[in-house]
Amino acid sequence: MQLVLEKRAERSNTIALVSPLIAIGLTIVTMSILFVILGKNPISALGVYFIDPLTDSYSLQEIAVKASPLVMIAIGLSLCYLANAWNIGAEGQFLVGAVAGSWLAVKTQGTDAGPWVLPAMLLLGAAAGALYALIPAICKVRFGASEILTSLMLVYVADLFLDYLVRGPWRDPKGFNFPTTAEFDPVATVPLLIETGRLHLGAVIALVVVAAGTVLLGKTIKGFEIRVVGAAPRAARFGGFNSNQLILLTFAISGALAGLAGIIEVAGPVGHLQPGISPGYGFTAIIVAFLGRLNPVGILIAGLFLALTFIGGEQAQIAMKIPLDVTKVFQGILLFYVLACDSLILYRFKLIYASAKVA
Amino acid sequence: MGGTPLLQTVGLTKRYGTFLANDAIDIEIWPQQIHALLGENGAGKSTLVKTIYGLVQPSEGDMLWQGEKMVLSGPSEARSRGIGMVFQHFSLFDNLTVAENVALGLDGRESFKDMSARLEEVSNVYGLPLDPKREVWQLSVGERQRIEIVRALMQNPKFLILDEPTAVLTPQEADQLFVVLDRLKAEGRAILYISHKLDEVKRLCDTATILRGGKKISTCNPKAETASSLARMMVGSEIKEVKAAANRQTTVPRLVVNDLGLEPDDPHGVRLQHISFELKGGEILGIAGVAGNGQDELFAALSGERLAQDPGTVVIDGHAAGHLSITRRRKLGAAFVPEERLGHGTAPRMRLSENALLTGHAASGMVQHGFVNTAATLSTVDKATKAFDVRKAKRDPEAASLSGGNLQKFIVGREILRNPVVLVVSQPTWGVDAGAAAVIRQALLDLAASGAAVLVTSQDLDELAEITDRIAVMFHGHLSAPIPTSEASREKLGLLMGGASLDQKNLDQKEAAHAAGA
Repeated sequence: MQLVLEKRAERSNTIALVSPLIAIGLTIVTMSILFVILGKNPISALGVYFIDPLTDSYSLQEIAVKASPLVMIAIGLSLCYLANAWNIGAEGQFLVGAVAGSWLAVKTQGTDAGPWVLPAMLLLGAAAGALYALIPAICKVRFGASEILTSLMLVYVADLFLDYLVRGPWRDPKGFNFPTTAEFDPVATVPLLIETGRLHLGAVIALVVVAAGTVLLGKTIKGFEIRVVGAAPRAARFGGFNSNQLILLTFAISGALAGLAGIIEVAGPVGHLQPGISPGYGFTAIIVAFLGRLNPVGILIAGLFLALTFIGGEQAQIAMKIPLDVTKVFQGILLFYVLACDSLILYRFKLIYASAKVA
Repeated sequence: MGGTPLLQTVGLTKRYGTFLANDAIDIEIWPQQIHALLGENGAGKSTLVKTIYGLVQPSEGDMLWQGEKMVLSGPSEARSRGIGMVFQHFSLFDNLTVAENVALGLDGRESFKDMSARLEEVSNVYGLPLDPKREVWQLSVGERQRIEIVRALMQNPKFLILDEPTAVLTPQEADQLFVVLDRLKAEGRAILYISHKLDEVKRLCDTATILRGGKKISTCNPKAETASSLARMMVGSEIKEVKAAANRQTTVPRLVVNDLGLEPDDPHGVRLQHISFELKGGEILGIAGVAGNGQDELFAALSGERLAQDPGTVVIDGHAAGHLSITRRRKLGAAFVPEERLGHGTAPRMRLSENALLTGHAASGMVQHGFVNTAATLSTVDKATKAFDVRKAKRDPEAASLSGGNLQKFIVGREILRNPVVLVVSQPTWGVDAGAAAVIRQALLDLAASGAAVLVTSQDLDELAEITDRIAVMFHGHLSAPIPTSEASREKLGLLMGGASLDQKNLDQKEAAHAAGA
């Protein structure tokens, strides 16, 4: 008797919808085992992770604040992945966007610059992210360099560049030698949506990006090009679509969105440029993109879910002394299961009996 | 006939989910017989032979080998019992030599040197000449098939299965193959011969089993049947005859190719050299030739998937187009149907409406200001469905869910509905059932009658004879001068397909020699 994967006659749309849920279920089971090994009660640990953050308005706002950059970046990444272009370096594009936007904030600091500063910072952030993403894209198109490696390696370049700036030229002179810029002026800060809370304009921008992504992919010829280039490259060429142009385009869009998310994060919740502005948003967004089935609305839901794990992880650290790194383990396991469950869309399990007896 | 058959299947059934690929098939294979397995695509021929060769496990039913029950765990067990198979699609490594390829297919119990010696011996004995030291990529398709046959014969099989062996051969090469098969039969071996070429089957086979829709329809003596009675059993009804419109008018040149040359884009590709022809509106030109002689490259050059340096090499409806993209060429009124339906002509996992958009976005009002007009794409699907009788489970299914014939009807319909002035179509009815093939051929004739220029590349000489006005032959990247179809005998085409010179005197001599030898 053996267990084999058998190809389905047609892709299963049911499994396509259910597979993320199966993956989440399997992840929770695995995490429970991990909690037991760590000597924690799995029921209360899962409660702290997934239920407690949903019970008070501060945590709910915080989930939205964390979900906004994840969703924005993941929408951009989903365009790349649909077109079979593998941008793994959104984290770097995020940081470069933050740096480029911050440049204007630092330069205008203490001047009486008008309300044009914030929009200009957002534009700068998006443009810088796009240009930074184009480096691996051009290397791919021109020289055939693996965009997976080049985009990933550029993350560390961006990280160290940011580090240099805040420790050197941009350091706040009154900042007690902490590696950070001065707090941005109000005109260089993303406005809050609720006076007393932390929810800011970035959440609205994220929703606009979701809407734009839905229209782009579902209604426009460009969206069709992106999907067909990834799904059937030869048919796409036959259709007259140029896959190299699309690699450049999708990398530019995803870089712009990551850069925009970066500058919004810095000019919003953080308020100044410093190392560690991202708890790995650019990498977590890869999970968000796949968990959301590379579909904008799915990504919105998946982004909220993964933001929940960030908040839950922080609370678990405070309440139960569970290391924060467990959150990263959780996200890694989740991605593993999502990709594994996806094979069930085109395949199904089947038991084969060695004897050829008629059943 | 007394005794036990070599192989007998009893109620052999294979289910894929709810689909019955083989439904209780009983078939007997006797030594010293060539047994034909006839049926349309999807009739269950491949499933049946894969089961017999151990590649597929039956859901129900038994196989008896020399009267004893046989359960095969895989092809190696089938080979050890003496069952050999030559597949339609070769499993050869291009960069390895003939001997290395053969060695890979054997169990490796003898040294490479002994094996090479035996290879030469077997190939000489059966008149299948092969140079063991040549690399496969240098060989013609016919030679590659020889490797597969010799590889199977080196295991001294009692029973040999051949899956559509003549599909890739020139008529002369096929004749040579028949001599080999007759000899194998005389040696007492059994042969199962899959084909849908009825003339061949009548000429070669002693018994024929006809499958349709997974069921066995009958077992008969093909020599006692007519081609049309066999076809009726295969299809289940009369096939509509294709009719050309009376006195079709040829008009202005619509597609002109001037001294087109193209370097191959992969190391084993074919270089196109000095290709020239002129195709007028109202005319159908056929391009014959054994696969892999540059037909794919020519299609890419005509469609614009690969661009030429010189704009003047491809002229579409009076516009120099050699440098234009496929989209620009479509806007000039050209339409293209590639050989591969899934993955080239359509994106398999996308809906038909999206696949209508794939080639229709350029010129059919399906896109307005960058937005897709979904209603327009769906209406193209509906029109193609109606005009070409495309059968499908729902209004807008994924391309991959359609049968080959229905998907091909959709693809041809999608292009013809755009009213092209030039249609370039490659293998229009390859792997398509007879009913759909008739619909497609009729559509090509009707399109030409309406004034379009149609270029058909096909390996099926009967198809070319049926619908074309002139036929040219591709060989090693060269295209012969077109000859009128009425003068294109199988012998003449076969010689051209084998690379004979186009010199008329030489041709006549060879034809005479062939006639004398036959």
